Amino acid sequence: MKQFEYVRPATVAEAIAAAAQPGATYLAAGTNLLDLMKGNVSRPDRLVDVTHLDGLDQIERLADGSLRIGALVGNADLAHDAEFAKAYPAVAEALLAGASAQLRNAATVGGNLLQRTRCAYFYDTASRCNKREAGSGCDARDGENRTHAVLGWSDSCIATHPSDFCVPLVALDAVVEIEGRGGRREIALDELHRLPGNTPERESVLAPGDLIVAVRLPAAARGFAAHARYLKVRERTSYAFAIVSAAAALRIENGKIAEARLALGGVAAKPWRARAAEDVLKGVAPTADAFQEAAWRALADAKPSGDNAYKIELARRIVVRALTLAAAGTPARIPALPASPFASTSGAIHA
Amino acid sequence: MPELNLTSAPAHLRHGSSIGQPLTRRDGVLKVKGQATYAADNHPPGMLFAVIAASSIAHGRVTSLDVAAAKRHPGVVEVMTPDHKPQLAIDPEIKTNPFVFRMEVLQSNEVRYANQPIAVVIAETLEAATEGAVLLAPRYETLPALVGLDAGKSYVPPVVGVGNPTENHLGDVDAGLAAADKKIDAIYETPAQYHNAMEPHAIVAHWDGDRLQIDMPTQGLMLSLARVAELFGIAHDKIHIRSPFLGGGFGSKGLMAGPPALGIMAAKLVGRPVKLVLRREQMYGPVGHRAPTRQRLRIGADVEGRLTALDHHARTVSSTFDDFYEPAADASHTLYAAPAIRTSHDAVRVNTGTPLFMRAPGEATGSIALESAIDEMAWTCGMDPLAFRLKNYAEVEPITGKPFSSKALRACYDQGAARFGWAKRSLQPRQMRDDAGLLVGWGMGTATFPALMFQAQARAVIRRDGSGAMEIGAHDMGQGAWTALAQIAADELGLDIERVEFKAGSSDLPDAGIAGGSAHTATAGAAIHSAGAAVIAKLADLATGDERSPLFGAGNTGVIARDGRLIRRDDESRGESYTEILARAGVAEVEARGTGAPNPAAMEEYAMHAHGAVFAEVKVDPELGQIRVTRMVGAFAAGRIVNPHLVKSQLFGGMIWGLSFALHEEAITDRRSGRIMNANLGEYHIPVNADVPPLDVITVEEHDPHVNALGIKGVGEIGITGSAGAVANAVWHATGVRVRRFPIRIEELLTQR
Ligand SMILES: Cc1cc2nc3c(=O)[nH]c(=O)nc-3n(C[C@H](O)[C@H](O)[C@H](O)COP(=O)(O)OP(=O)(O)OC[C@H]3O[C@@H](n4cnc5c(N)ncnc54)[C@H](O)[C@@H]3O)c2cc1C
Ligand code: SF4
Repeated sequence: MKQFEYVRPATVAEAIAAAAQPGATYLAAGTNLLDLMKGNVSRPDRLVDVTHLDGLDQIERLADGSLRIGALVGNADLAHDAEFAKAYPAVAEALLAGASAQLRNAATVGGNLLQRTRCAYFYDTASRCNKREAGSGCDARDGENRTHAVLGWSDSCIATHPSDFCVPLVALDAVVEIEGRGGRREIALDELHRLPGNTPERESVLAPGDLIVAVRLPAAARGFAAHARYLKVRERTSYAFAIVSAAAALRIENGKIAEARLALGGVAAKPWRARAAEDVLKGVAPTADAFQEAAWRALADAKPSGDNAYKIELARRIVVRALTLAAAGTPARIPALPASPFASTSGAIHA
Repeated sequence: MPELNLTSAPAHLRHGSSIGQPLTRRDGVLKVKGQATYAADNHPPGMLFAVIAASSIAHGRVTSLDVAAAKRHPGVVEVMTPDHKPQLAIDPEIKTNPFVFRMEVLQSNEVRYANQPIAVVIAETLEAATEGAVLLAPRYETLPALVGLDAGKSYVPPVVGVGNPTENHLGDVDAGLAAADKKIDAIYETPAQYHNAMEPHAIVAHWDGDRLQIDMPTQGLMLSLARVAELFGIAHDKIHIRSPFLGGGFGSKGLMAGPPALGIMAAKLVGRPVKLVLRREQMYGPVGHRAPTRQRLRIGADVEGRLTALDHHARTVSSTFDDFYEPAADASHTLYAAPAIRTSHDAVRVNTGTPLFMRAPGEATGSIALESAIDEMAWTCGMDPLAFRLKNYAEVEPITGKPFSSKALRACYDQGAARFGWAKRSLQPRQMRDDAGLLVGWGMGTATFPALMFQAQARAVIRRDGSGAMEIGAHDMGQGAWTALAQIAADELGLDIERVEFKAGSSDLPDAGIAGGSAHTATAGAAIHSAGAAVIAKLADLATGDERSPLFGAGNTGVIARDGRLIRRDDESRGESYTEILARAGVAEVEARGTGAPNPAAMEEYAMHAHGAVFAEVKVDPELGQIRVTRMVGAFAAGRIVNPHLVKSQLFGGMIWGLSFALHEEAITDRRSGRIMNANLGEYHIPVNADVPPLDVITVEEHDPHVNALGIKGVGEIGITGSAGAVANAVWHATGVRVRRFPIRIEELLTQR
């Protein structure tokens, strides 16, 4: 491993100063970053360990009804917080559908948001990859790319963002709180990740030294608790990234959809909010036809980036199913196989 | 390494009948406490760490390595390259026997496959060695890589597997097909797979003058020792290999590969002990894998569903520099009674590490194609798949015409089908749904694996204190040899298992052959049996020849060893203890050696195979195509079951591997570079707990007087065969979509809704 400096700042301000230097990177639980370092994909000069910063591991209900989740809250701790799971069931389900129990125990909220793509060519340092090395080319483009993006991709990069957690968050209008050299600011999660365009190496809008301190769910997000699901199709029942996933949340009033939220995972370089689909659902009854129409809208701009045309049809079907499940109502308990098409299979004992 | 202190057997054991008892692993407590010493747990004083720099190209030449940069890195002690390395006694390209494979030990700058070792960095710490390997920043002259089953001109290899003929014939296949009422002609593809033992290949090598101490996991202590001896030009008795535990091997630790040899070379170069452990991705190259195959099956049947012909052709790959051919088509030799059978193979050369034996080599790949094809044929004939298999049940081995030494396959079919509830299956596919609307499908497959025997020796001792010892250089890969072989030893010595000192896993013990071919318990067990019988005979001589003994005059055949005593066969009230016999004779102990080996006469006369029947239920989401196995029942007949608990574990493992074969496992090779793109356990999918349904294993009673003295057939590999096909067939039955490329992918099931 490349030798690096390890610093453990005592305050957020110290952390920002330490991380603003070129070659410095924040270290949270390291479940993604350390793998990348061992594989020589990331070669930071300095790790700024934020796990000892005070006050970033709280889940707080704010006066305006919103919920503030500290960046260091563990993925498992958040999902298993009973009150959280009740208010934001699709988020809890998405968290529990990610990685493995051991990884979820370690992984943090901030790290999950900023985890890197799983594109195999990004990980393989002998391959050309514009994201890893700007301007070097993209070996995924004509390579083994059946799991790559179908939305928002460019000729320079066809990678997807792998997070499950981000998908329901973006559907629920989550806001990211950032501390940086210029002080505190906040942006919509939908604006955190960038589409590749000609600069796939710039994955987020964060500037050097920017520290995510919290993620906030606005008060309105609770309004979907009765009809919210996450659905994830993957190549084994657990411990695999999504081929395609979807978060669907509905507010149903008098048999009509008062408001719909829909986002897709595994399809683009960011969690993909499908606003056009949400629009067609507003004010209509939750019927199969309406969901089909929404699915078509959601994938209207999709195009294959390689051997992955099937993902477009799969995504449509997932949208329909996720909406159908959401309309049927949030189950009283998160299924034993969270977000799985087999969630309702009896006898399921593992996740 | 501390002396092994194995946990004792449960007290309720009936003395003198350890065999057949479901003992838990005697090394289990050591393992859960982390006290079982695996190779990489050894740290001799002064040890350095070696890390391999592996090629990122699949074909070409290394043109430069920045050795100076690596050496400048703090902690780096040496860099071993083709220009700077200890000389070997023989050219590693020479095949001195068929069990020797060509290995890459820095003999040249040539690169023949991705992940080939191209240098070794030796340092004070693992981290320094790792970074040193990066700093070498190799440059290459890259040549086009040969990738895939159509990479080049095909050829017919001289043999497949271990010396099997490339082609086999019975009757006239073309006439059989021409005469058939119903036919299928289908092509199946299986991917490259990697063993992925949990424990990576590792070695700690320590030269002490001209003596060499090695800690390394191996499935073949003596094969490895012989290879080390010839590579380094040293006498066998100067080498000691310890391999008490393996964290799995599955064939990849059967033969000495390049990396451990590099560890020994590194230790020689620096004159200090060296540890070399492969990184996970480095296991995708120099230590073997299961080759991909493309198999064409043509099958004909008459109006009654009786096979008229079976033609099985398999295309596979080998490396550009050595030969191992996955004998996939051989799976069609034994199971179904067609009057005309042809099996054949061809191959292309690709830029890959040489393929090798991987759990059920040939049988697994061939089985999933054959069992799928048989299922397709049953459907074509409008027959239930089990009825079709019974209709074509082989009463004698089809090609050779030999009778089976034993074959309880009918009982396997019966008991498995009954337990599964097979009779309720709908003939038509896509008929069954569960309450949630998921498609439900049932499939089956027949399992088979040859009952093999190799050569082994053992040494048995009976001591004056009434204890015994059994020494054999056997291998515990996790399958439970420490337990099962000790059970056999206890019975053969007529002692309680706690009174037997069982020694294994070290090259200074008698040669136990290899742990492979599902033959280790049978072979090592036979050696233990004969050594035990020999030492008891010596003890009996002492007693029956001595007037003072109550056994005087009983003759060798007239005594039984039980509970640490010899007793007269015709009068069990007369006997005496081992202690009394040895004390009176004034000797501290008696010892004897024994051998286990195949019986050529029996092999000439009989076909010897284990059999089984596997039934699987899958559920498939009708719109989304995701698949989950929800139930599996396997009924296996494999001769005598030495330890039902361990045997079930082996069969469970095999069945899970079969599920994995059908649904998960695949090395994804970049079609241009020949690099494997998922060389890690996150992306190379094997089943996780949530993928594995409740498994039900039935061991069907089978008495085989011919295979070996103990009637053991072996259970290590058979579980994969049959299982993979059963799952694939269940997917078809659930969906009506026949997928012939494995693993079955979601997109292939999206076509219908
Ligand atoms: C085998 C495997 C399977 C997985 N499967 C899934 C899956 O199915 N679904 C899924 O969603 N995820 C999956 N993951 C990814 C996992 O969720 C992430 O690794 C984890 O969430 C990252 O969190 P961390 O705290 O370990 O982050 P780290 O690895 O410490 O950091 C990740 C990145 O975020 C940056 N960072 C961390 N915290 C902050 C902060 N507060 N402010 C600014 N930057 C920060 C770091 O600099 C780094 O670049 C899997 C991971 C593995 C290894
Ligand atoms: S798709 Fe993006 S991440 Fe993958 S190789 Fe191309 S540029 Fe790199």
